Amino acid sequence: MELLGLVNYALFTAIFIAIYALLALGLNIQWGFAGLFNAGIAGFFAVGAYTSAVLSTPADDGRLGGFDLHFVIGWIGAMLAAALVAWPIGKICLRFRSDYLAIASIGVAEIIRLVIKSEEVLTNGARGINGIPRPAGDIGYTESQIAYLVIVLAVLIVAYVLVERQFNAPWGRMMRAIRDNEHAAKAMGKDVEFRRLEAFIFGAALMGLGGALFAHFNRSITPEAIDPMVATFLVWIMLILGGSGNNRGAILGAAVVWIIWSVSEIATDRLPHEYAIQAKYIRLFLIGLMLQLVLRFRPEGLLPEPLRGDLRGSRRTTKSGADHT
Amino acid sequence: MDLFELLNFYVIPGIVLGSIYALGAVGITLIFAILRYAHLAHGDLATFGAFVALACVTGVGVPPLAALPVAILVTAAVAVGIDKVFYEHLRERPKIVTVMASLGIALMLRSVVQVVWGVDTETYSRGIVRPEDYFGLRIRDRELYTVAALIFLVGGLQLFLTRSKWGKAMRAMSDNPNLALLSGIDNKKVVMLTWVIAGGLCAASGFFLGYNTEIKSMMGWHMLLPMFAAAILGGVGRVEGAVLGGLIVGIAEELSVLVIPSEYKAAMAFAILLFMLLVRPTGLLKGKVL
Repeated sequence: MELLGLVNYALFTAIFIAIYALLALGLNIQWGFAGLFNAGIAGFFAVGAYTSAVLSTPADDGRLGGFDLHFVIGWIGAMLAAALVAWPIGKICLRFRSDYLAIASIGVAEIIRLVIKSEEVLTNGARGINGIPRPAGDIGYTESQIAYLVIVLAVLIVAYVLVERQFNAPWGRMMRAIRDNEHAAKAMGKDVEFRRLEAFIFGAALMGLGGALFAHFNRSITPEAIDPMVATFLVWIMLILGGSGNNRGAILGAAVVWIIWSVSEIATDRLPHEYAIQAKYIRLFLIGLMLQLVLRFRPEGLLPEPLRGDLRGSRRTTKSGADHT
Repeated sequence: MDLFELLNFYVIPGIVLGSIYALGAVGITLIFAILRYAHLAHGDLATFGAFVALACVTGVGVPPLAALPVAILVTAAVAVGIDKVFYEHLRERPKIVTVMASLGIALMLRSVVQVVWGVDTETYSRGIVRPEDYFGLRIRDRELYTVAALIFLVGGLQLFLTRSKWGKAMRAMSDNPNLALLSGIDNKKVVMLTWVIAGGLCAASGFFLGYNTEIKSMMGWHMLLPMFAAAILGGVGRVEGAVLGGLIVGIAEELSVLVIPSEYKAAMAFAILLFMLLVRPTGLLKGKVL
């Protein structure tokens, strides 16, 4: 492979890692801070991707919009739309134990998939939405990849700084208190349901933003663009392996898992054709197994959650990192 | 539309689909009540059972119904094995960690099915079966077998739970685990028994879905939501509730195409689930709320 191809591949990988890191950060707010099990990440991702696509593409007769707005408005719209989808689900399910949210979030992802497939007016059905403008997309290929990577990284850094600030702020401490001992937090006068709803909605908004970044990167979004189960699962393993409750861990996990995932794809692509399809499913089996192994042997992840009074994250302990109630 | 059309095209398929959901929902409700977590791999375990039966039918050449007991036994054994290898060591951790592990198991089971049997749609037997006419009601034999299996299996389970020593132990664990452990009930045996029952019923559920329609690698995952809706609708921990819930969800799904576009048939279970959580989280028959 020549150098330019290698550079382009590295850029492509880096952009994907940054997008997945954003999803992992969103999940970290939900699971790491608040102990909420969201198994419908792909649903919020898709809502964000389509919302931004509809808002920022030029007008089209076949479907609603496009409104030809600036991509920044599209991204903000994506966050709002994902939050709006999360709100009723959280409102209904967060009164109960997290199991119910897990089931309902699977359901919501399924419904979103159905809506995307069958509401042609909204999403252009199976053909998807094309011609989504890409920021700095009209310069040369490599230059535009670099420019987009810079934009995505800027978004990721802003998100990271904001989430990290919240984590160390009273709000973050309160969320962890609710996560670790709901009854004690309630006795201290915290509104547990409302706070959980906040965490769920913030997390969903970040996932929506991740979807929007993906759609603008690809310049198109179709119902088949991502496999819902695989995407959801990859984000989960990224967070668990990286260290739930630790924002840097979430980003590190995204990088490690995505590199493993894409290297394994390169490896299986070299197999003869008759094994290629099976190899795809063997990869799925292996990431499932990876989750089981991490849960068993290193539940706190690579970078465990920083414990109390640890503002700069300097003193790390390996005790009781990932266990939430 | 006259009454017979309604019954033949919507209610009877609804009862059959509902029986299939009920078989799975009973297992979900037992796991929810005794082990206290939502088992997200249940649908894919059903797929696995259906494909084990397929292997018997195509490999050995037995009729589909004769393959059912084999599928039940194999799937029950696999369920116990999964619990031993992947869930048991998580028992002391918060339950939601096991829920997460079960999502991983769902993915693993599905990929095993896809690697071993491929992703093509399969059937147990070829050819079209014409329904028989019973006083205007058009019913296929396989539909009768499905409902009969539900009655037989769940009836047997009810007898076991109410009459036998181990059945009583299971109910005791469900009602009050601390008290049950104090009175000397062997937790390990109860857990194993729960998995044997849940796994076996799962296989039956997957088998009958494949028997009445087709066998696909994704079919179990699509059954997961209706099965959970059924378990919660009936009341978590209530076996008869799960059956009732399954039948209601099945019939509601089939009837829903009369009023909403058929693409959204699958949304019906989700609507029922949210509605029940909103108005009556204990379910119709007063189950538990975790």
